[in-house]
Amino acid sequence: MRTFALHTLIGLLMLFSATLIATRAHASLEVSIGYVAWTPDPGPIMSNVIPEPEDAGLQGAQLAIVDNNSTGRFLKHNYQLQVASASELDATLDAARALHAEGVRLFVTNLPAAPLQQLAGEFSDSLLFNAGSYDDGLRSQSCLPNVLHTLPSRAMLTDALAQFLAVRKQTRWLLISGSTEDDLAYAEAVKRSAKRFGHRIVAEKQWSFDTDLRRAAQAEVPLFTQTREYDVVIVADERGDFGEYIPYNTWYPRPVAGTQGLTPVGWHKTVETYGAAQLQKRFEDQAGRWMNSLDFAAWLGVRSIGAAVTTLKHADVDEIRALSLSDRLPLDGFKGRRLSYRTWNGQLRQPIPVVHPRALVTNSPQEGYLHPVTDLDTLGFDQPESQCDLLAGR
Amino acid sequence: MKTSFLKTGLLTGALLLGGFSLNALAETAYVTNEKDNTVSVIDLTKMEVVDTIDVGMRPRGVLLSSDNKLLYICASDSDRVQVIDLETRQIIKELPSGADPEQFALHPNDRWLYISNEDDALVTVIDVKTNEVLAQIDVGVEPEGMAVSYDGKWAVNTSETSNMLHWIDTSTNELVDNTLVDQRPRHVEFTKDSKILWASAEIGGTVHVVDVDSKQIQHTINFAIKGIHPDRVQPVGVKLSSDGKYAFVALGPANHVAVVDAQTYEVLDYILVGRRVWHMSFNTDESLLLTTNGVSGDVTVIDVASLKPIKSIKVGRYPWGVVVTP
Repeated sequence: MRTFALHTLIGLLMLFSATLIATRAHASLEVSIGYVAWTPDPGPIMSNVIPEPEDAGLQGAQLAIVDNNSTGRFLKHNYQLQVASASELDATLDAARALHAEGVRLFVTNLPAAPLQQLAGEFSDSLLFNAGSYDDGLRSQSCLPNVLHTLPSRAMLTDALAQFLAVRKQTRWLLISGSTEDDLAYAEAVKRSAKRFGHRIVAEKQWSFDTDLRRAAQAEVPLFTQTREYDVVIVADERGDFGEYIPYNTWYPRPVAGTQGLTPVGWHKTVETYGAAQLQKRFEDQAGRWMNSLDFAAWLGVRSIGAAVTTLKHADVDEIRALSLSDRLPLDGFKGRRLSYRTWNGQLRQPIPVVHPRALVTNSPQEGYLHPVTDLDTLGFDQPESQCDLLAGR
Repeated sequence: MKTSFLKTGLLTGALLLGGFSLNALAETAYVTNEKDNTVSVIDLTKMEVVDTIDVGMRPRGVLLSSDNKLLYICASDSDRVQVIDLETRQIIKELPSGADPEQFALHPNDRWLYISNEDDALVTVIDVKTNEVLAQIDVGVEPEGMAVSYDGKWAVNTSETSNMLHWIDTSTNELVDNTLVDQRPRHVEFTKDSKILWASAEIGGTVHVVDVDSKQIQHTINFAIKGIHPDRVQPVGVKLSSDGKYAFVALGPANHVAVVDAQTYEVLDYILVGRRVWHMSFNTDESLLLTTNGVSGDVTVIDVASLKPIKSIKVGRYPWGVVVTP
């Protein structure tokens, strides 16, 4: 008898708390976003005079949470960021798994391609925004169904540069690359873009010298760049090992572009039009430094979730994914254009600023590069060039 | 002889006075130049710039007192609102606007000024007579457009990044409702009867017609200009003719002003103007419409009867807003 009474009491209590939860869920919505970040050690770098910020990406995600919440408070939506980050990759992934175990299903990642692919496989019930890998394979072959990419691919960057150089009629290129996997991937993207936009690579060289260029650039680089005549030197040196020492030291007095010199980027301090000045100011007030491409990509990832939740009024992962892959996601990225995700590979379409360290030189796509759907798809892997089709079943 | 001399003197004086008042009577347009820190003064009879007034940094929003004697300017980067006496063309007062004022609207009581503070996600309300800050109201990210209804009941602010219209009850200065709209709402304009609110969405590429009572979107207007990519059609300024016939919508980098039938919401025409058209103003009898064209640095004058542009007037760098006095 007593047991029965106890059971009834427990049952009533459970019913009561269930009602309580239901009422609360109606009153307000909590949206947890996991931010997973790990950056591999780039190894010894020669031109390491100006260091990159260590919190690149994280600051962008944090600002987007503030932005999401200032919209969310009118709708009783509350966003919070949970960070999984460690100096070792395994510890980072374990921290991400712990978030997943707690119920987090929306992630923004600042990871290289391989660990991103691993996490995407493990978290098949989650949606991940890639804000850390430029890898072309992710956009053309791997086709992860639950990953959207806010960071531009290498192909988008080099296409943006190739279009501008075509407009300037600088069509003969000397390609110099470093020896890391990333450098070779960038060099591959450069070759693809050259072919796509009618450029000719007159010579290709790999940098393998181990001299200290801070002292010897003036002596080494002219000889190294003494090849058939070129209009421009394209550098593929993503970690910035030797590339900073190429401008002004080339055999022919020609501009330098690529990873150094004239650089295609996702974001830069000198982007200020279309309301970007406001975003830059908010970011600088928060972070005490300039916003870079990784910050911007992470910001876009968290903002994409915010835009979707605001529209849907709930945080269902499948519906956020479906809305993101439609043309109805109301996402603004201060680039003067409506931004949307490509339905075949989940890549965010976006104009690419082409900059030198202290000024915006141009924005690609360049005028005159036409496309049957949108000129933004002249940058990166267009539908016929990609094996992916994220809309085809899941 | 003496009398006649006196008479002549009086006559000359009267003529001189007459001359002055005639000058003052010519319709005058005032244009804020965002990247020149000036206001261009345009004589609308001559259709040319006759004076330039130095103001604070990055002047954007501009409006007139109801008696047309005072010009209010948002000097955004100076973090203040400046008040210019139009008779002397001197800055006579600076108001504590809060940081980065962009757009503002004056209540019909001619005292309460509603200012959007773009960097702080605030709307600041100040009393322009006493210079007192009456309220600061939290709104969404990057507040931009600002309008007060003609009946004085509602102040509406748009937040560009939150994509909302925020409805502020002017009797309490509290935010009481929000309407979700398309991306980057830029500008709001009430109809004269205060029953309908027009709201432009820059990146959404649309203009919403919102019912004031229900705060619901009644109608959404889309634009399509032959030869211009839809992404470049970015509605910003909206101007409604008093006769209820037309709504004019400035389409930013599409370099056109759309003419909309204000009753049926049908787009009637697109008028080619200068580059990156931002805001607009009618002259007094609404026979002319002036547009500010930021990139080309000029003002286009449109003849409203024929819906044709009739003149471009070079002003300062990045003209932002314009108002006209009789």
